[in-house]
Amino acid sequence: MTVVTVSNPSLPADWRDFFALTKPRVMRSVVFTALCGMLAAPVSLPPVLAFTAILAIALAAGAAGALNQWYESDIDALMKRTAKRPLPAGKMERETALQFGVALGVFSVLLMGLAINILAAVLLAVSILFYVLVYTVGLKRLTPQNIVIGGAAGAFPPLIGWVAATGSVSALPLLMFAIIFLWTPPHSWALALLIRDDYAKGGVPMLPVVASAKTTRAQMLFYTVLMTAAAISPWPLGLAGSLYGIVASVLSAIFLGLTVWVVVQRAETPATMKAERWLFVYSIGYILAIFATLATDRCLA
Amino acid sequence: MNELPDPTSQAALVRKRQRARATVLAIILFAFVILVFAISIAKIKAGMPGMPHQ
Repeated sequence: MTVVTVSNPSLPADWRDFFALTKPRVMRSVVFTALCGMLAAPVSLPPVLAFTAILAIALAAGAAGALNQWYESDIDALMKRTAKRPLPAGKMERETALQFGVALGVFSVLLMGLAINILAAVLLAVSILFYVLVYTVGLKRLTPQNIVIGGAAGAFPPLIGWVAATGSVSALPLLMFAIIFLWTPPHSWALALLIRDDYAKGGVPMLPVVASAKTTRAQMLFYTVLMTAAAISPWPLGLAGSLYGIVASVLSAIFLGLTVWVVVQRAETPATMKAERWLFVYSIGYILAIFATLATDRCLA
Repeated sequence: MNELPDPTSQAALVRKRQRARATVLAIILFAFVILVFAISIAKIKAGMPGMPHQ
């Protein structure tokens, strides 16, 4: 692994660089889905404890992001999308990022364990370790299925939110886990098709880099069909009401329609990949809307 | 051509960053103390197990 050195070692990193290391955008969606998992639970926590649980989940996401950037600083330096991050930009020493990530991760798990419950803390620790060791260290540079298996890391937050409130796991949080897990491949591959050259430059074996666009699109469709089934299933299973069922059906049908458009369009260059662009943007709104509707539906029930 | 940084401005920048980091850390520590206090009160009110006096 290439080691990126800092441009000015005597200059301490700015606090904003530490903040950037936590991947605030990812953290925002983690907090949102965790909150939805917590709101969907049949038990409600006192507001202070609910805030603490969400804070612990956010800090764990930040720790995972920091450790991911620590390990991937060599790849990040090669890719246009990530070259301005604190480590490849030379704003911080790698060792500092490692210490920050480990400290934040340990603190978040201890906070969850001491203030909320042990099961939530264990799941939180597993989610950090899964993202860092299984996805970042193990899979990302090894296999084009990296984001399929690694997608599990991003699927933990609603499950942990639910467990923080109830102290146990049941069918609905597992379905919420499944929705994000199955949503990750079409979402990530839509972006990967658009910035295929950037991933190739970084040596990351994303599916569009090592396989044809046709293969990628076929796999996107496969996972979208599974995701649609998972997203609608809480309704017929009696775990959510008709409000969620109708909204999930309509939104998933649009998602499926956009994926079919991606498959039939067969654009070759990023400039002409209009369908992929639409799908990527829509997929972000989709996951937020699905979880917001599920939480609303369960709160109204 | 690479120019050496002015030592005075460099030292001022280091001090500025150290001060900013110390301020942020102080705010975070203060917020954490408040949070621990609030968690304790919430647990006592809720009568949750695990409290020493329960």
